[in-house]
Amino acid sequence: MKILILGAGQVGSTVAESLAGEANDITIVDTDGEKLRQLQDRLDLRTLTGNAAHPSILEQAGIVDTDIMLAVTQSDEVNMVACKLAATLYNTPTRIARIRATDYLERREVFSTDNFCVDFSICPEQILTEYIVKLIEFPEALQVLEFAGGRVSLVAVRAVEGGPLVGRPLRFLRTDMPQIDTRVAAIFRLDHSINMNGDTVVEAGDEVFFIAATEHIRTVMQELRRMDKPSRRVMIVGGGNIGRRLAKTLEHSYQVKLIEYNKKACASLAADLTNTLVLNGDGTDEKLMQQENVSEVDVFCALTNDDENNIMSALLAKQGGARKVIALINRSAYVGLVQGGKIDIAISPAQVTIGSLLAYVRQGDVAAVHSLRRGAAEALELVAHGDRLSSKVVGRRIEEIDSPKGATIGALVRGEQVIIAHHDTMIEAEDHIIVFVNDKRMVRKVERLFQVSLGFF
Amino acid sequence: MQRALTVIHALGLMLVVFSIAYLMPIVASLVYDDGTLIDFLMAMVWTLSIGLLMWLLTRRYKGELSIRHGYLLVVGMWTAMPAVATLPLLLMLPGLSFTDAYFETMSGMTTTGATVLTGLDNLPPAINVWRHELNWLGGLGIIVLAVAVLPLLGVGGRQLFKAETPGPMKDAALTPRIAETARNLWVVYVAITLICIGALKWAGMNWLDAVCHAFSAMGLGGFSTHDASIGYFNSSLIESVMIMFMLIAVVNFATHFLAWRGKSLAVYRHDAEAVASLGLILISCAGIAVFLWWQSVYPDFWTALRHASFNLVSIATSSGYTSVDYAQWPIFAPLWMMFLTAIAASSGSTGGGIKMIRTLVLFKQAGREFVKLLHPAAINPMKIGGHVVPNNIVFAVLGFIFLYFMSIVTLTFALLISGMDFISAFTAVLASINNCGPGLGTVGPSSNYAGLTDFQTWVCTFAMLIGRLEIFTVLILFTPHFWRR
Repeated sequence: MKILILGAGQVGSTVAESLAGEANDITIVDTDGEKLRQLQDRLDLRTLTGNAAHPSILEQAGIVDTDIMLAVTQSDEVNMVACKLAATLYNTPTRIARIRATDYLERREVFSTDNFCVDFSICPEQILTEYIVKLIEFPEALQVLEFAGGRVSLVAVRAVEGGPLVGRPLRFLRTDMPQIDTRVAAIFRLDHSINMNGDTVVEAGDEVFFIAATEHIRTVMQELRRMDKPSRRVMIVGGGNIGRRLAKTLEHSYQVKLIEYNKKACASLAADLTNTLVLNGDGTDEKLMQQENVSEVDVFCALTNDDENNIMSALLAKQGGARKVIALINRSAYVGLVQGGKIDIAISPAQVTIGSLLAYVRQGDVAAVHSLRRGAAEALELVAHGDRLSSKVVGRRIEEIDSPKGATIGALVRGEQVIIAHHDTMIEAEDHIIVFVNDKRMVRKVERLFQVSLGFF
Repeated sequence: MQRALTVIHALGLMLVVFSIAYLMPIVASLVYDDGTLIDFLMAMVWTLSIGLLMWLLTRRYKGELSIRHGYLLVVGMWTAMPAVATLPLLLMLPGLSFTDAYFETMSGMTTTGATVLTGLDNLPPAINVWRHELNWLGGLGIIVLAVAVLPLLGVGGRQLFKAETPGPMKDAALTPRIAETARNLWVVYVAITLICIGALKWAGMNWLDAVCHAFSAMGLGGFSTHDASIGYFNSSLIESVMIMFMLIAVVNFATHFLAWRGKSLAVYRHDAEAVASLGLILISCAGIAVFLWWQSVYPDFWTALRHASFNLVSIATSSGYTSVDYAQWPIFAPLWMMFLTAIAASSGSTGGGIKMIRTLVLFKQAGREFVKLLHPAAINPMKIGGHVVPNNIVFAVLGFIFLYFMSIVTLTFALLISGMDFISAFTAVLASINNCGPGLGTVGPSSNYAGLTDFQTWVCTFAMLIGRLEIFTVLILFTPHFWRR
């Protein structure tokens, strides 16, 4: 597929990196030539220096035969103009723009084909914020991902001594909770996926991925670990885009304290937030933390732009007695380094947000993609089309489907109904199917499995 | 000196325009044929000629006003207009001294509603129309009116507008042009007044009473055509209609304008000041009703609620009508009402006092100090209704409140020196500076200000003026800085 990416920032370069590995033709445009050179050194793609909102630059970048354009520059306005140009001048089929300003997002009509022609808008900060909110809502989980409009969730949780299932085989899951249907999609032990069947014994320290209807996930988690009391106090360090959004989302249901270094930014935050205590200070200042009772904090989030600062302040907070600490870490090398140590959860923004972009780029009808385990695994929500003849999945029982190794069908969503997959579950056309793929190299095969053969048309 | 002449020039023009106001009592005297026509015509001619004379003699000094002369003009108008407005009273009521007449017109224009006249029921209708018209004109503000109808005030108009409009924050730009803003406010004011006249007529008043009471209710003035005030009618329907319109007038007229332009009532919910003042008034009504019932002042709860509501709303909104002699209630109730007078009205409304917005600012400032003590690193801007209040406004409010209390203390001492008892002196000053009207003791609801000595009358007149112009505008003329070149 021919993909044009505008903007080689954090999002642009991560997407480029991820897509270049999947045999796509990628062109990336940015005003900063140096950034592009670095990117080209690592990846097999074409680069172009210039203003992404100028038609001549777009033409040089080969927009004429581009299949998908991703406008992810720093500026909402440039992204919108690029989409408009792509639509009116070059008839680009799919146009995706990163839009951050809620002002635009609240007036969706500006994206229509009569106006700025933005097919899909994504807001990485918003996705990241929702992701963190889930982690605060479920303080025991390592990851909570939603599918099919929130009806189904995939949850990663670390099994801890004291959970009823820990030390027992998986098949007891059903006898322990007869009224709740769930499916364990994968278990990672010492960072490696293990093969499972009903006799697999869950050990303390295992990272268990399970799929269940969203209203059941708390009950399932109780099987794997003792539940903590729900979070009430949240401390956030860093009042950037994410910190601000997070505080705004949380401030009415939690006690939120927000620490920001820049005094001007503090004033603007305090004006914007109604129920948050905004503190001016350094996120790595342990005196300030003590003074603000870090020991009583349920969830501590370090969300500044600086990886090292985030790690340090998360470590300090943990030492000071915060129950759960979350650090935002951009450099993927650091993520593996710190997660599971003193820092409970290390979030890589790129991994969290890239899924929403990948969903549009993937072949077949993909409704959602979530990257797991730092990009090594993936969970997809695919839509089955066609009939028994044209499709390899529709009209078949799950045991009949020739699914690639490492891919697990976890659940189906049929209309409003959530069906947890068992070996004899029949797949029908238009079902949303949630597939867990524990090796990213298998993703292509899974997609192909769900593609309708040409006879369908 | 030249600039002072410019002020006189503008003042003359305003007096000329003010003479139009006599048309209303003239119409009334024609309708009721009460024999006052000639007096009003005389007063009109006098006003017109004084104004024209001032205007013509100084026409060489026509020009833009500076900020400092804006204050001079506002105070000049607010002292000169009540002065000329005494003309009909002096012509028609021969026994009335200038001091008392000036008190009466000042009380009218500042919407205080205190009176030195007795036998209101027997006054010629035109005189009553004149008194109530003063209430009405002073309510939204004569400068606002002048800015609306006199485009020639030019850029300085905004300054004058600010000097007269009550409240600490006056930059709410409803429309790009200040004259347009002023005009819109007056349109809303006139429209609600017309509805009020209709409602009062429907509730059982005759046309004269309906017009007069609508004028004084919308201006939150409190003049009445009867010595017994609203108690004369003894009708709970009339009382409820009055309550409703007093509560409308106690809200910022800019909010009314926005609601009218946006055709939505949601605007009121977002006006933190309106919510606070209406909430406080309504809760107090219920509280005082329960208190009176509990103290067995009235035999049943509904009677208690009726009298508590009307008198409390009337005093709290700084109108000053009475339906019963509430001075006979246990002292808690009337003092609580006097307290509400000081704080309950919204900025930009026709009410007086500190204004609810300043109360909110002070209240939140106290809260900020607490937060600051507990969290020294906290950045905690003051927010009212979701908007940040800049620190300079907070300081201005603190300055205002100091002057307000010092004025009350000083003026109360002035009355005490003159031999008044403490409760009367204190409440007279309070009622005057808050533009409320009746106090307690010798100036209570069952009596009026007629028994005051000339000195005491002047003290109260001065209190009304500084209360209406929110102290700074008047007192600035007494600072050496103002006169320094």
